[in-house]
Amino acid sequence: MPASAMPEERFDVSPLGTVTPDWAWGGANGSGIRVCLLDSGVEADHPLVGGLDGAVDVIADEDGGLKVVPTDPVDNAGHGTACASVIRSVAPAALLTSVRVLSSGKTGSGAALLTGLGWAVEQGFDVINMSLSTTRTDFRAALRDLADSAYFRRCVIVASAHNMPVHSYPWRFPSVISVASHDNPDPMTYYYNPAPPVEFYARGVRVPVAGLGGRRILTTGNSFATPHIAGICALILSKHRWLTPFQLKSVLYLAAENVAVPDGDGGARVD
Amino acid sequence: MEMEARVSTDVLESAGIPQRRLLQSIVEVARSVFGAAATSVMLVDPASGDLVFEAVAGEGERHLLGSRFPGGTGIAGWVMVSGQPLVVDDVTDNPQFARDAAESTGYVPRSIMAAPLICDGDCIGVLEILDRDSRPRSDLGDMASLGLLAIEMATVLEVIVQLRRSEAERAAAPRTGHDLSPLLQRVAERLPRADEKVGATVTRLLMMADDLLADTLADGDG
Repeated sequence: MPASAMPEERFDVSPLGTVTPDWAWGGANGSGIRVCLLDSGVEADHPLVGGLDGAVDVIADEDGGLKVVPTDPVDNAGHGTACASVIRSVAPAALLTSVRVLSSGKTGSGAALLTGLGWAVEQGFDVINMSLSTTRTDFRAALRDLADSAYFRRCVIVASAHNMPVHSYPWRFPSVISVASHDNPDPMTYYYNPAPPVEFYARGVRVPVAGLGGRRILTTGNSFATPHIAGICALILSKHRWLTPFQLKSVLYLAAENVAVPDGDGGARVD
Repeated sequence: MEMEARVSTDVLESAGIPQRRLLQSIVEVARSVFGAAATSVMLVDPASGDLVFEAVAGEGERHLLGSRFPGGTGIAGWVMVSGQPLVVDDVTDNPQFARDAAESTGYVPRSIMAAPLICDGDCIGVLEILDRDSRPRSDLGDMASLGLLAIEMATVLEVIVQLRRSEAERAAAPRTGHDLSPLLQRVAERLPRADEKVGATVTRLLMMADDLLADTLADGDG
């Protein structure tokens, strides 16, 4: 949605008068927050990525199932590297881990996505970035269960909304934070959407990101809006470690560009 | 807004079958909407994971049909990873994308738009737009249009797959069907000896069966 078309969101009764962008993440750098990136892998030594805390791969096991194993921090497609660079640009001190759920970048499978997400929830990451989704309805119930488990374990899933008229998951689940794109060039500007299922709009147009081989490119798409919100979540959590996913989503709402009072002197908009 | 209609009829004529003409017309529309240097539809070969060109308009349209390149790399790989429409600008600054595109089309673009083709829950291919023109448009609007075109294309592909499947089943039917000759022979032998009323009923049933087959075959041929 163009920034110019963002609706103003009134918040007529607010006991949380001090929740402003500055309260939420002022002075924070994401330090101590573990962020997991479910994607195509990450080129760890890219200057815009600046290293990883860990890298694993979802591969076939001997019994025809799937398993998670340590791997070299590589990325054949480049999508994960681009998303990692966005998280790093917003939350430079966050600890990034790559979970490659799409080896070689083929069409992949919902099963690999489920296995990777299950591992990430089990490992207790603070934030999980999913700039991807599955359109396979047979995985919907299992994905919803995993998203609920993550929610109750203080593990925040930030997922790309689909901008095509197709049914896809997990972004539509209320237990995750769903993100689409706006065209404002400020990486820290995001908007609350009062007409779900998309909950927030973040920068997603002509985003400077890491390209494979140490390059830099400009990209557009919800895939690149999502890691902006994941990075902002890491900032908020690094400053307010006690927040539950529900509270974190509330803080995101109160500090959104179209909700918070300009200049940050009175909390949410009450006019 | 001025828009040039560019439909290269020689490609349409050589396409041969209605389904391919339909695919071709959609990539031509996509090229016209975006004023693009080229548009293409690539489908995943399930056996190899390669992407195969099914329809091309603009640069490469004369030689790309049927050619293939490895899936999972370049922007086609990005689209298949995310399942989302994407745009990459300033491609020429990125040797990987430029090389991939050049190898597949013989043309080096400045920007690439791509969207997944989702059929029955699976990403079966990619719709790609090379170098949309510089007419003032919204980037988000372009993404939305691209997504809608990809949905239309995927729907067409789904119909084509269904048609091909039913054609294959029809072709296989004579090999797997029952041999009715003995039955028909028996009916022909017994009919003259049957009671008049029973004979008339059987004859009417046979004529109805004949008419039904004639109608069905006529529909299939049409």
